[in-house]
Amino acid sequence: MAGKLTRSNRAGWLFALPGFSLLFLFIIIPFFFAFWLSLTNQRLVSPNPTEFVGLKNYSELLRLSVLTLEPERDDAGQIVRDANGEIRYPRVRTITRSGDFPEYRGMREWFRWQSGENAKVVVASNVVFMKALTNTLTFALFIVPLQGGGALLLALLINQKLRGINAFRTIYFMPVVISIVVISLLWRFIYDGEDGLLNNILAWLTFGFFEPVDWLGKSDTALGSIIAMSAWQAVGFHMVIWLAGLQTISPTLYEAAAIEGASKWQTFRYVTWPGLRNTAILVLIVITMQAFAIFAQIDVMTNGGPLDSTQTLVFQAVERGYGRQDISGGSTISVILFVMVLMISAVQGILTRERT
Amino acid sequence: MKLKTATFGVLAASTMLAGAASAQTTLGLWYHGAGNEVESRILNGIIDDFNAAQSDWSVTVESFPQESYNDSVVAAALAGNLPCILDVDGPVMPNWAWAGYMVPLPISEDALAGHLDATIGRWDGQVYSVGLWDAAVSLYARQSTLDELGLRTPTLASPWSGEEFMAALGAAKASGKYDYALDLGMAWTGEWYPYAFSPFLQSFGGDIVDRSTYKSAEGTLNGDAGIAFAEWWQSLFTEGYSPGTSQDPADRDSGFINGKYAFAWNGNWAAAATLDAGVDDVVFLPAPDFGNGSTIGAASWQFGVSSSCSHPEGAAAFVEFALQDKYLAEFSDGIGLIPSTKEAAAMTERYAEGGPLAVYFDLSKEQALVRPVTPGYVVAAKVFEKALADIANGADPADTLDAAVDEIDRDIENNQGYGH
Amino acid sequence: MALVSAENRGLRLAARYATLTLVALVFMFPLVFMVVSSFKPDQQLLSDTSSLRAFLPVGDISLDNYYAAFRRAPIGLFMLNSVFVTVTTVLLSILLCSLAAFSFVFLEWTGRNVLLTIILATLIIPFETIAVPLLLFVSKLPWLGMEGIAWGWLNTYRVQIIPWIVDALTVFLFVQFFKDLPRELIEAARVEGASWFMIYRKIVMPLSGPVLATAAILKSLKMYNEQYLWPLIVVQDEAHRPVMVGLGYFFQLQIAWGEVMAYLTLISVPVIGFYLLMQRAFISSIASTGVKG
Repeated sequence: MAGKLTRSNRAGWLFALPGFSLLFLFIIIPFFFAFWLSLTNQRLVSPNPTEFVGLKNYSELLRLSVLTLEPERDDAGQIVRDANGEIRYPRVRTITRSGDFPEYRGMREWFRWQSGENAKVVVASNVVFMKALTNTLTFALFIVPLQGGGALLLALLINQKLRGINAFRTIYFMPVVISIVVISLLWRFIYDGEDGLLNNILAWLTFGFFEPVDWLGKSDTALGSIIAMSAWQAVGFHMVIWLAGLQTISPTLYEAAAIEGASKWQTFRYVTWPGLRNTAILVLIVITMQAFAIFAQIDVMTNGGPLDSTQTLVFQAVERGYGRQDISGGSTISVILFVMVLMISAVQGILTRERT
Repeated sequence: MKLKTATFGVLAASTMLAGAASAQTTLGLWYHGAGNEVESRILNGIIDDFNAAQSDWSVTVESFPQESYNDSVVAAALAGNLPCILDVDGPVMPNWAWAGYMVPLPISEDALAGHLDATIGRWDGQVYSVGLWDAAVSLYARQSTLDELGLRTPTLASPWSGEEFMAALGAAKASGKYDYALDLGMAWTGEWYPYAFSPFLQSFGGDIVDRSTYKSAEGTLNGDAGIAFAEWWQSLFTEGYSPGTSQDPADRDSGFINGKYAFAWNGNWAAAATLDAGVDDVVFLPAPDFGNGSTIGAASWQFGVSSSCSHPEGAAAFVEFALQDKYLAEFSDGIGLIPSTKEAAAMTERYAEGGPLAVYFDLSKEQALVRPVTPGYVVAAKVFEKALADIANGADPADTLDAAVDEIDRDIENNQGYGH
Repeated sequence: MALVSAENRGLRLAARYATLTLVALVFMFPLVFMVVSSFKPDQQLLSDTSSLRAFLPVGDISLDNYYAAFRRAPIGLFMLNSVFVTVTTVLLSILLCSLAAFSFVFLEWTGRNVLLTIILATLIIPFETIAVPLLLFVSKLPWLGMEGIAWGWLNTYRVQIIPWIVDALTVFLFVQFFKDLPRELIEAARVEGASWFMIYRKIVMPLSGPVLATAAILKSLKMYNEQYLWPLIVVQDEAHRPVMVGLGYFFQLQIAWGEVMAYLTLISVPVIGFYLLMQRAFISSIASTGVKG
């Protein structure tokens, strides 16, 4: 029935075409070009001709193997243990760098676990990429609820009729106004390990009991620090989207809820939240996409360190493509990222599909 | 469009005034000094003098922020939009020359007589670029600190040995007067790492790549000398002598001046600021000798000709003009760099015989070793930087160097040997 | 009885303001730090960062950093460039993205779902990864100007505007909000013979205040604050440089932090002004947008 009224091929194409053409020209075509680059040996700066290399770039990034290390034994056949009683194993470099195992050449240890008295070592052809992959996933996993939930709370807090509420709304939005590059520079002062503001405030709150932490300089706190800062910075961005969503909910619905005597929670659960369905999908997807694209914070604050604890995929793509002039390698990382996020959003799409 | 006209009317008018003088052929020049007032003023002065001094060429300058200058040039080269005269960082030049961004500079050897070696960029047996100055690194210390700690003052002829250096750091640490004994400048990421720290590796007997073939880093970077260097490097951080990669950039700028650090490994460009800040008894000491001599990095910004320049002779004329001692001296006085010639140094306030920074001219002359002269340096430098940062943060020295070697060698292979 | 409830209300109001203020402090401090620091000499600025003095205009306060910043870089030019590029892009973006979203939500046509899926998939492509291909592409594009056809888009405003007009986020934003608009209104108008463009202009757009404001705010932030890599590689002359590239002027070997803060404070003014304008125009008018009748 509705179909009859809304069916119009001509108008549909006419309205969508200008926008789609621009997107096609300036994003889709370059992306296909990047995909093609990932199948070649193209360098950023080089006089050498471009050659097609098939999936070589992909295998150089993704190749994994498991090595089994047997304990070192002394002449009597006893397992050698170090001072702490830990079993001593031969170094991985004796395998990866020996001529006997050319298949492991160039691979490095990613992680290992104990299996009986042997050690199983996972070696990767590009450990940095593997770390970037896991860090990016970790970042996304934490930032989505932090930012999405935090932004919704802020939006609800600010969506009331109070004198001066506009001023608060503007203030909450402030961190978004300043570019992330600049925010990252400022937070380097805040996170400073010796006399940084955060350490000083924590010391003051705990009457001096707090031991200063080198937030960005330790591999176990660096990523967490960047997550916290990123959530704080972009929460205002998503607050604006939630706010717009809140405003599409008719006041009459709230009035009806008030007449029915609904509690605050009931009003949220049965009026606000259902009305925010489409906004929620939008926010979820946008945060996920932005999380996978994290770059500037890393570039300014840690350069991927310490010990690769803050490497991310886009940072690696840029570092390879521009820093190391390996534009085909950088493009390969982008394509892998694209395919991965596409799969994740397909899953998100299935999960958020309207249940009818 | 209206907005555009209004905004740029002023600009257009000034260019027209400059261009109206004669039928000179215009040569574009790109420079890395946007935002540096003094540098821009001096460069503009040279250009004005040159344009007035002859009637064939007219040079126009476009300045870029230094931090992104190389990216701008690479992008312009990809898009086929390079200017005639290019400003290029010494160690990067072979990369651009090999890639075909630059062509040899048709300048006579006479014009280069008496120049510090490192200010002349050679690649493939030809001169590609020439610099008006060089930069040098030294160990900053206060004479009073040395006296207090009972340390011998090292000289160019007899620098500290590795043991003496470590003993000095130990003494500074034991005194308890400093946050850290040594500021290496870990906050300055990027080219600073290979430029400032690879001379230590060279003094240990290693290098970033094997300079005899430029085909591999195996055994050079991760050989015994390399591993000894890396273990020493790691000890600077595990022993608490130096702040690590998370150093506050502000501390790098002012920590030595404020007395937070006993020693600082810093460039001559920071010397003037240190003197001006009232550190009267600052001394600039040569690098320690870890067995293979005391050495420092060399080669700074230089001028060359791009391959899209249709008048290389015009470019060469400008470069030759700019190489006059008075300009070298002017730049040196203005931005604190080491003039390329002895004569120019004599004309400066600080580098003249007996001047407060004269020691730098000698450092550059005696100890400077250019970074590996290969198109692959740009990538190798990045790999080296990451390896140093990782080792400073506790990564296994041997494994990290192995990984660096693998990456450098793979890069050389992927570039078909970089033309060596 | 009435007295107690009034007291309660007062308390609850106070609690509300206390919460709002507390949250405000968390979000305000970098901005305060930035503005306050812009009046301090570098030495003091840096030593103040370890204490709450960082947020107080105390010590040696002057406008010196501002004078120095204006001497260092043509700030007015950079801001004009950025504002021009941002405003043009935002206006065109809102028009083209909302038109496309309109056709995706309200019209049925062959290829609709495929096109929408493709557009949404482009959300995932980080710009950094297509910068080089795009550079090669725009450097060869033609342009019909006053003097006939010119080749290559480098060193222009258009190269900073046209590739950025349409982005998946803005289309998506409009799509999600249009879904919440009452379809009956549109069908009714259709029955009365209104053209699709009339429906777009007279019915949908007037109901879209909040989403228009949101789209404009988000897009302008992106254009004004995040345009760094692209202008860096496609604009070689100072005359077309935007503010974020201009930031590089302040990062010399010794970073002039005070000037950086002064520059940042200056360039933030248009964005904050724009947000206030949008907020006044759309967001605060909650009561007047009774959309769902």
